[in-house]
Amino acid sequence: MNTAVPAKPGAPTNRKGTPNRPSSAKRMASWLAHIVLILGIGFVIGPFVYMILTSITTDNFSLPSPQKLLNSEKTLVNYVEAWNKNNFSSYFVNSLFVSSATMILSLSLACTTAYAFARFPFPGKEFLFKLFLFSMFVPAILNIIPQFTIIKSLGLVDTYSGLILVYISTGVVGSTFFLRGFFERIPTELEESIVIDGGNRWTIFRAIYIPLSLPAIGTLGIFAFSGTWDEFILALTLIKTEAQRTLPIALQLFRGQYATYYGLFFAASMMALMPIIAIFVIFQKQFVNPNLSEGSVKG
Amino acid sequence: MNRVSRGLKQYIQVAPFLALGFIMTCVFVLYPLVKGIHISFFEYKVIKPEQSVFLGFDNYKKLFNDPNVWVAFRNTVLFAIVTVPGQWVLGILAAMIINLQFIRFKVFFRLVYYLPVISSWIVVSYLFQFLFSDGSSGIVNYLLTDVLRVTKEPVAWLQNTWSANIVIWLLSIWKGVGWVMIMYLAALQSIPKSLYEAAQIDGARGPTAFIHITLPLMRTMTAYVVINLIIGAFQAFIQVFLITKGGPLDSTHLVNTYMFKHAFEYFDFGYGAAISVMLGLLIFVITYGNQRTFGKERIEY
Repeated sequence: MNTAVPAKPGAPTNRKGTPNRPSSAKRMASWLAHIVLILGIGFVIGPFVYMILTSITTDNFSLPSPQKLLNSEKTLVNYVEAWNKNNFSSYFVNSLFVSSATMILSLSLACTTAYAFARFPFPGKEFLFKLFLFSMFVPAILNIIPQFTIIKSLGLVDTYSGLILVYISTGVVGSTFFLRGFFERIPTELEESIVIDGGNRWTIFRAIYIPLSLPAIGTLGIFAFSGTWDEFILALTLIKTEAQRTLPIALQLFRGQYATYYGLFFAASMMALMPIIAIFVIFQKQFVNPNLSEGSVKG
Repeated sequence: MNRVSRGLKQYIQVAPFLALGFIMTCVFVLYPLVKGIHISFFEYKVIKPEQSVFLGFDNYKKLFNDPNVWVAFRNTVLFAIVTVPGQWVLGILAAMIINLQFIRFKVFFRLVYYLPVISSWIVVSYLFQFLFSDGSSGIVNYLLTDVLRVTKEPVAWLQNTWSANIVIWLLSIWKGVGWVMIMYLAALQSIPKSLYEAAQIDGARGPTAFIHITLPLMRTMTAYVVINLIIGAFQAFIQVFLITKGGPLDSTHLVNTYMFKHAFEYFDFGYGAAISVMLGLLIFVITYGNQRTFGKERIEY
């Protein structure tokens, strides 16, 4: 055994300062773990792969068999056709607008409401919070009837304002629940510097709590966007004008009563998936690390 | 008088931050819940609510005598029992494996396993319906029957209650595992390395360190994860709505989809509301009995 090998910087060393050779048991465990993970990827991605495969083959009026998918010619024709058919492109743009607007407004509201629960004492606070929590548990499917009535009385049926208003309102409790925990973990000592300089609550909020919670806010934003992107019941109920409809409804249009043209449908589905995946891949570095405020207070 | 004036002062201070969210929640979430209870006592006419007929508890009597309601409750409870542990076990396993020291490409695995979570429910529901198509053209049947030779004949997945339920459960688990994994990865990575180093100096490593350091510190994350999984399980709707529509013959309905069917296909909102109230009561009882798991997590070192 070689004892004179200098250690690589950062390599695990034992007490003598010589590098630990990974034992063969450990190496086997490593291989095994990697294999398990890769098999897992098969299950996780498999459905998507099959979907992509179907979307790039044509002549799919009947259910395409696996042999057909493997052997037939591959083409991107479905994507072009799906984009141009059934007003898909305008529904896509509509959804982009509604989801982005909802995300921004919902995040703003969630931040202020969470800050209220995290740092302000007031009578009935915990009871109110528990009430909010309870409303999260109960399925709110039938709420759309009273919601529709209220929107109607506000004269906002068939408008994006009405739709976005309901989206934001139903999203407040979940986002607040999530953010409150983050805000509470931020040490209050950080506020002292602002207070000494004569700042008020709003300044504290803007200068400390928001910057330190950006990863959490980012995560929340992704969820708000994708939740809205996927929502179709309210969208179907509130928006009546064809031109203003959103993407989920567009997807339904590709499923015929008698036959579904699978190639087209999955091409449309892939295009519907793209924005969310793109946003996630771009922002995934921001993903939540609960211990973020470690180190922002000295000592 | 002093307490009242202090309370009022606190309300005034918090109002700019709280008011808007509070009002919107009251109007669009809390009020509809209460209104739903009210509607359940009527034969509610949506177009002209004034003409609704007061029914007392008739909707509830009908509920108890409706066998489909019991099927729906059964399916909902089973759904929770199968999917919550399913997602939790697979998610925590994935997190633990990925977090092991010798795994490379951590970020890549994390990304890929999370893809189903952020995918649109509508897209993946139809996708799974496609994957589990009847006959040997469906890819799952093809794999099971022709490739792996596990089953003799292709399974008619969506034509039978229990095979259809299995499809729903598989989809729901598949879609949620990545979320559990991300949560636990965050928890695992937030345990300061210094703790492990200190333990190593004291001679504890490997499994001992795992049992005495890792597990206890993950307990708070477990509470958060499990609560959210259960909430999610009771909110399940869209996958059943799109894939089986509650069929065959109303046997795969969840309470949510069954209630939707009565409200929006038969236009019997009163009955739908009564079902909704019963589900709400059930959830309230379950959660009230588990009060201690509520509340914010504080990780103590």
